[in-house]
Amino acid sequence: MRLAAAVTAALLAGGFLAACGGAGGANGSITLYNGQHPQTTQALVSAFEQKTGISVSVRDNDEDVFANQLVAEGSHSPADVIYTENSPPLEFLESKSLLAPVLPATLARVPVRFSSPAARWVGVSARVSVTIYNTDQLRRAQLPTSVLGLADPKWRGKLALAPNETDFQPIVTSVIAAYGVATARRWLLAVKANASGHTYPDNETLVSAVNNGQAALGMINQYYWYRLRVVDGAAGMHSALAYFRPGDPGYVLDVSGAAVLASSTHQADAQRFVAFLVSPQGQAIIAHSDSFEYPVAIGQGATPVGEIPLSQLQPNPISVGELGDGAAALALLQQVQLL
Amino acid sequence: MTTTVEVRRPPLGNRSAPGRPRGRRRRPRVLLALAAAVAAILLLPLVFLIVEAVQDGWSTLSPILFRRLTATLLVNTVSLTVVVTALCALIGTLVAWCVERTDLPGRRIWAVLVVVPLGIPDFAVAFGWKSVFPSVGGFGGAVLVMTFAVYPLVYLPVAASLRSADPGQEEVARSLGVGRLHTFWRVTLGQARLAILGGSVLVALVVLAEYGAFEILGFRTFTTEIFSEYLTAFNAPAGCALELILVLLSVAVLFGEGALRGRGRATRTGPMAARLARRHQLGRARVPALAGFGLLVALSLGVPLGAVGYWLFQSADSTLPSASLGSAAWHTAFYGASAALVATAAALPVALLSVRWPGRSTMAIERSTYLVLAMPGLVIALALTFFSNNLANGFLYQTPYLLIGAYAIMFFPLALVAVRSSVARAPVSYEELGRSLGRPRLQVLWAVTLPLIAPGLAAAFCLVFLEAVTELTATLVLIPTNAQTLATQFLIFQNNLAYHQAAPYAALMILVAAVPSVVLGRWFDRMPGAPVPG
Repeated sequence: MRLAAAVTAALLAGGFLAACGGAGGANGSITLYNGQHPQTTQALVSAFEQKTGISVSVRDNDEDVFANQLVAEGSHSPADVIYTENSPPLEFLESKSLLAPVLPATLARVPVRFSSPAARWVGVSARVSVTIYNTDQLRRAQLPTSVLGLADPKWRGKLALAPNETDFQPIVTSVIAAYGVATARRWLLAVKANASGHTYPDNETLVSAVNNGQAALGMINQYYWYRLRVVDGAAGMHSALAYFRPGDPGYVLDVSGAAVLASSTHQADAQRFVAFLVSPQGQAIIAHSDSFEYPVAIGQGATPVGEIPLSQLQPNPISVGELGDGAAALALLQQVQLL
Repeated sequence: MTTTVEVRRPPLGNRSAPGRPRGRRRRPRVLLALAAAVAAILLLPLVFLIVEAVQDGWSTLSPILFRRLTATLLVNTVSLTVVVTALCALIGTLVAWCVERTDLPGRRIWAVLVVVPLGIPDFAVAFGWKSVFPSVGGFGGAVLVMTFAVYPLVYLPVAASLRSADPGQEEVARSLGVGRLHTFWRVTLGQARLAILGGSVLVALVVLAEYGAFEILGFRTFTTEIFSEYLTAFNAPAGCALELILVLLSVAVLFGEGALRGRGRATRTGPMAARLARRHQLGRARVPALAGFGLLVALSLGVPLGAVGYWLFQSADSTLPSASLGSAAWHTAFYGASAALVATAAALPVALLSVRWPGRSTMAIERSTYLVLAMPGLVIALALTFFSNNLANGFLYQTPYLLIGAYAIMFFPLALVAVRSSVARAPVSYEELGRSLGRPRLQVLWAVTLPLIAPGLAAAFCLVFLEAVTELTATLVLIPTNAQTLATQFLIFQNNLAYHQAAPYAALMILVAAVPSVVLGRWFDRMPGAPVPG
């Protein structure tokens, strides 16, 4: 009995201490819901803390869990800033009126096409969708120059797909916008058949599967390949990237963005953090980190090591507004039972 | 021999009139209130589901509920649940019988090894299988991975019940000329029936709600679809509506178990005075039995452990920041142990009420608490997020208390099964004897009942602890900001293909989970009435 009481007391005390642990520094503190890759965010947060003295508490989770969590939290959310890999969760939060307007000075640093049309979130970095192929199994000349070519029956059993991933929907949205729902549906059904037995839960696994020869080719955002190269080393790479022809619907820029929550009680500090992300210092960190994303701020010429500069890419000109929250793509993905 | 105690009803019969049937005694109000409160808390997620599902109206839900995909997934989920549950019942019972009732060599070591799989997170198990056998997947793959991951849920309660069941009954049956096999079927399995059924229900509900493993294996079930609606489609109402169908399925499972449970009671009158059981000689069956155990452990432990070992030797290069193993281990153990204490304590009133005062209302209270097991962790976490922020101004949100509460809610049914089956075996006559001596109810509970059901309480604690240690999706939503558990940190590394960095976290998680398994096995061995070898 005494033991049980002592154990309970110790547990309660521990819990209390842990509960109080999060209180911030003298210069204020903010809470960041981080749906971006931790390696990108960590460096940005450290630099921001050093520069401003504002401490940042970081929660890591999937951006789509955060979107649902923020809706459930409602006006009492402890979050001040949300930072995501893709625009659809931000568009969804905007549709629920949960985002505060981004300061005009912050928005002015980034080309309009990379930010929220309603000025509720700002684009921070970008990636581009490409084909990854196994260099032991395929030559570049054999690859399709359009995303539509992936529906060719010759890729049956060779194509890898991660249909659950948020990176795939923008491609579907883009195909719908270019060719209409009926064509997109036929294309998706053929892609599904080709990828039978090679669907993967996430992009990291997909890249790894193509690299080690389990599948011959797949669609990813370019940065997963560069990260795998850091982990496996150049000698471990048995794959390469190929771009679709200029303007192809499969050649899509995905924007990562950040927003201040309308419910935040630290509006000024939260806005400062979002501004920092698109400042020259923040953008330089993104360009030189192991993130391998393109910084998007105006006048920010830095390109991640070894990549084609953003200015030389020729993606499909679909805007983040047109990508929206991806509802049409999702409906189609569900219809063909990929989701 | 078994001692018999003459049952005397309390002489001062203001609470229970002599001659009235046992089940009709008046239920103690405090116990009823406590049990009802526990059930009410456990039904909170269900309230959330209904609130969310109806907000958009029927017309938006019906196309999702009645499309062909829903039917396909229903078939997937139901057939998977049936096959895995049957396999787990078979393997779990056989293993428990071999460990508890035969002279199987090395049984103490086996007893630990067959529990440890519970301590390996589902996503790590599936990932291990996928790394070792890349072609694993589909229905067969899902059956394989799930069976080896969750059969301990049957093994544990069955082993506990065989250990404390009266071996004299078997001997009486044998001496009356009943055959060996028939005795096993009628008496041994009869004694363990409640535990087998209870364990099977747990398996069925856990399989219904499983997500992480199926996502990795690429097998689509109702639960993976619920996650798609929630996470990819941002369509919480549709996700909740689909989840309600899953809840209906689990109600069917519970009714099924209720029908099979029957009315028999398997008590022994005196665990302290019982004669020690003789172990069955395996004889020539020893070699195949050992081979079977070897295979079981190789598949259920060897595959995930092999993957962890392999990862340790992978490239140490990573694009991720490093993290603190010690802090993650402390958080994991602290949250897990606290949740196990809370869930076990909460299970006690529900178990006592449902066993000692059976009836429609107590049955309803008890059964309703199982539903929570068929709800994915994410749904429970979002429900608590919703209630804590919208009804309580964010009180306790993202503090250890709410996370511990969430674990206790999620794994309460595991605690209940363990406590309940031990309460069912503890003879009510001792409690009545205590009360007839004029002791107050609470003192009888403390001095008589608790020691009798201690093994069940310990098993409950360990079960909840094992599951909480590996929990991931609710943890990510509710954990205090800046804290990490072994599971969350493992996931960060694994998600980014940093296997070398992930491996120590997986290894430590398995080690943390092995501790209660060892303690439980040791403690059982020292208990009076434990069978001795030979």
